[in-house]
Amino acid sequence: MLEATDLHVEFSGRGGRRARAVDGVNLSVGAGEIVALVGESGCGKTTLARTLLGLERPTSGQISYDGTPLSYSGRALRAFRREVQLVLQDPMGSLNPRHTVYEAVAEGPRIHRLPDEEAVVADALARAGLRPPERFFQRFPHELSGGQRQRVVIAGALALDPKVLIADEPVASLDASVRGEILSLLLRLRDDLGLSALVVTHDLGLAWNIADRVAVMYLGRIVESGPTEDVLKDPQHPYTQALLSVLPESPNRIVLTGEPPDPTRIPTGCRFHPRCQLVAAGKGTEACTTQPLQVLPATTAPQVSCHVADLVGRDRK
Amino acid sequence: MLELDELSVTYRLESSDVPAVRGVSLQLAAGEALGLAGESGSGKSSVALALLRLLPRSAVVGGRVMLDGEDVLAMKWGRLRAVRWSSASIVFQGAQHGLNPVQRIGDQIAEPLLVHRQASGADASKRVRELLAQVGLPAWRARSYPHELSGGQRQRVMIAMALACEPQLIIADEPTTALDLMVQAQVLTLIRKLIADHGISLLMISHDLSVLADVCDRLAVMYAGRLVEVGPSSGQFQHPYSQALAAAFPTVGDPASRLAPRGLPGDPPDPQQLPGGCAFHPRCPVALESCATSDVQLRASGADRAAACVLVGE
Repeated sequence: MLEATDLHVEFSGRGGRRARAVDGVNLSVGAGEIVALVGESGCGKTTLARTLLGLERPTSGQISYDGTPLSYSGRALRAFRREVQLVLQDPMGSLNPRHTVYEAVAEGPRIHRLPDEEAVVADALARAGLRPPERFFQRFPHELSGGQRQRVVIAGALALDPKVLIADEPVASLDASVRGEILSLLLRLRDDLGLSALVVTHDLGLAWNIADRVAVMYLGRIVESGPTEDVLKDPQHPYTQALLSVLPESPNRIVLTGEPPDPTRIPTGCRFHPRCQLVAAGKGTEACTTQPLQVLPATTAPQVSCHVADLVGRDRK
Repeated sequence: MLELDELSVTYRLESSDVPAVRGVSLQLAAGEALGLAGESGSGKSSVALALLRLLPRSAVVGGRVMLDGEDVLAMKWGRLRAVRWSSASIVFQGAQHGLNPVQRIGDQIAEPLLVHRQASGADASKRVRELLAQVGLPAWRARSYPHELSGGQRQRVMIAMALACEPQLIIADEPTTALDLMVQAQVLTLIRKLIADHGISLLMISHDLSVLADVCDRLAVMYAGRLVEVGPSSGQFQHPYSQALAAAFPTVGDPASRLAPRGLPGDPPDPQQLPGGCAFHPRCPVALESCATSDVQLRASGADRAAACVLVGE
């Protein structure tokens, strides 16, 4: 459905150094599939999402939708953006405080000159769980609760009848008891409308709650991906293992030292090796520090980008 | 160590009074770690601020706050100043805003030491180095400005400041919110180590029950300005709200939560328009008819546990 192929996105950073925010990524989101893109801040997950939306132009590689490479001409982008919609985090920041709910949701249909605007808006609000929709038309964002605002943002995306939603931390700013309802809504939209979704998050519990597949990103690359049960219950990459080990319920913590590293200085060899607990424990190989790893292909089967991942598996059995 | 007796906080606004905290009683023993959980509007942060009288003038505080046998609410200004930092100190959320952007880290950590005359000159800089080491930062970081540090490092600096005057109690308000998972784990490990090493009491406030359960011996859950449950963090929750809040943070690997996110309908109530009866009844999955009209106080429900629900205990 939506696919990134050998995608690279670079920015010029401070001091003229190039930041390789996305440094070789293959990723696909299939029809009716929910994929969670998981990683820490600075790993490039938001840049990857923006590039998938056509908001950022890749330095190299390409985005394709339904098998057709994305063209960056105005007309093609407009058509593409009807199909692939963004759902932002922080609904307070992404809604204009002076616009009513109706105007917020009608903005997309107006830009795309859709007929029957009112029916489109009412339908989108109802699908997002704001019923009866007419009751919300004239409300302003400040009159709504956090959960309702997030629903308005989702309704704004649904108004264009998209095929794919890209949601960046869709529940991060919501109260815990409200999260569940919004996540259930994403699942229901998939079941009822066949919507695909890429959910960008740092929250592994969220991925467990709603995702069919998980891709773990570290420093511009996907280091492990596969069906949610495989990746989260039987992680193979030391980074994924560490992330899961620091969740409150887990028994043996692997707390990595140091901070998420800098995309302007990507380490040689395996980019994770300076923080890798296996390398630190002397369980690495020479390749870890010298040999770069292949970019993982966009397959749905479990896969991992690590020189010693097989050893890891054996060690644990 | 710390005892709250029917603490209440009401914000006087022009149009109306907003009851943010409606009678909270809690005890915290020396060396104990207590977690206070709640969502936005539950009043948990108002409790934290009331403990050291850091609330704005519009807030009317009632009840008693006993810190080491002294009533904080009755203290004279000078005594209160001495108590802040040296008896009890507070670590705020959002490490970006808690630090002065144009002052070096070392000077900021030294400030409470100098103000409380616990050290001067060279002694103070020696103590700053010790404190930085305790929170896992190199001594040269004393010369850095806040913007040169990452979020996790700034939170470590805040913790070093809180430790500066060797308080017996630390109040930590969302100390790891907005930090990455791995950095959060680093900070929680640090907090756990510090309270164990120094025998400090900890009151940790968060919306995230799983983080609290990880660090604290006991948990208290707030809803709409009241405690709805208090108990050991190891046990099962009894109150339907605490149960729902716990279920909102799924355990990865738990088949019950796979493709089944759980939450509550509706939103936490606006303190200005609290529902009658039990404040939780409109969202409660197991509410009885009587819950709409009759309120329930905390009552014993099992060993060392109390919950405010008609369906528990008795």
